[in-house]
Amino acid sequence: MINKIVASVEAAVADIKDGSTILIGGFGGPGLPVALIDALIAQGARDLVIVSNNAGSGETGLAALLKARRVRKILCSFPRQADSYVFDGLYRAGEIELEVVPQGNLAERIRAAGAGIGGFFTPTGYGTLLAEGKETREIDGRQYVFESPIHADVALVRADRADRWGNLTYRKAARNFGPVMATAAKCTIVEVREVVELGAIDPEAIVTPGIFVQRVVKVGGMGRTA
Amino acid sequence: MKRWSKDEMAARVARDIPDGSYVNLGIGLPTLVANHLPPDREIVIQSENGVLGAGPSPAKGEEDPELINAGKQPITLLKGGAFFHHADSFAMMRGGHLDYCVLGAFQVAVNGDLANWHTGTPDAIPAVGGAMDLAIGAKRVLIMMEHLTKTGESKIVPACTYPLTGMGCVNRVYTDLAVIDITPQGLVVRDCVDGLHFDELQRLTGVPLRRAEGP
Repeated sequence: MINKIVASVEAAVADIKDGSTILIGGFGGPGLPVALIDALIAQGARDLVIVSNNAGSGETGLAALLKARRVRKILCSFPRQADSYVFDGLYRAGEIELEVVPQGNLAERIRAAGAGIGGFFTPTGYGTLLAEGKETREIDGRQYVFESPIHADVALVRADRADRWGNLTYRKAARNFGPVMATAAKCTIVEVREVVELGAIDPEAIVTPGIFVQRVVKVGGMGRTA
Repeated sequence: MKRWSKDEMAARVARDIPDGSYVNLGIGLPTLVANHLPPDREIVIQSENGVLGAGPSPAKGEEDPELINAGKQPITLLKGGAFFHHADSFAMMRGGHLDYCVLGAFQVAVNGDLANWHTGTPDAIPAVGGAMDLAIGAKRVLIMMEHLTKTGESKIVPACTYPLTGMGCVNRVYTDLAVIDITPQGLVVRDCVDGLHFDELQRLTGVPLRRAEGP
């Protein structure tokens, strides 16, 4: 019998190792797996490489993980926000490494990893600082930059509903990076609002099929909006 | 000197977006365009975080924390709207499916180069978001910006001095003084604020301008 439901967030993140590369879903608050991030902070893994669209705001969620000094490097498209002072401070003090990635390249590099693609040529970023040193190629008269996949050890994702096979649906704009990140990690851990009986999710409505998911934890409705 | 207000600039952009267009509005000034879209046109707003058919701000108390736009402000969803994941959202841009994007800018060069993500100063924290994908992806890239910097220098320049967002990607610039097309033949003034003489606009802009021929 397949049962991916885990009893607690603590159990779900217990074996995450120091030095892991971790994909963390979310665009601003929606889709940010706050309960899993809090459990990861308590678990204590350090020297992490984090891949997420933003670098946290205020002092909760991703910002709390940064503040606890667990993150060696972050790959993101938009670290700077009105209240991203935790990241800003660490960055200015030289205590965190930053790789800025155009948002579409971030999504596609993660998608490529999950889809078994060894990289791709994209027009995004051609001729800019973010393409410096990268291979370029002219294809049908247009210039492209080679971008490589982003593989991860772990993905932390927030979804809306799950069944014990790990089939997922999302809610509104909280979907964002979840479905692509779920495909690209050795271990995808999902927090959900609700766990339902197998067969209760309309197969036509499943966004992430369970094959991409290893663990599911029920944490209830949106805790915080970070 | 009279200048167009931010809302007048937004209304001027909105007037040029035809019925049936798919449009992405960048954060900041371009967001205002949504308030001025003519009600008799169906224009579908894409938000990079996975929303097509973004509607107006919700009434106070009706906000849904899981329904926001790229600027992380609460929005609503119009009838016919859809949600999708990030790889699909950026496929819409990169794949050339968006008719228009409207972006802010630090500088636009005469060859259509755009600089809008990074000042390049040592203490600046670089943050690009979706700007580079939009700049090279949308069929037409419209820029909304003030014509002059705070110190009075033209933001339309012979060559960008700030780090580039995209090369040769800008089609039209809407400033608080004028509407200017970037064409292979140079900069063409389509419209300018009442009372501003072409020669004065030329003096302020500092790169060669041409008057539009005909309507």
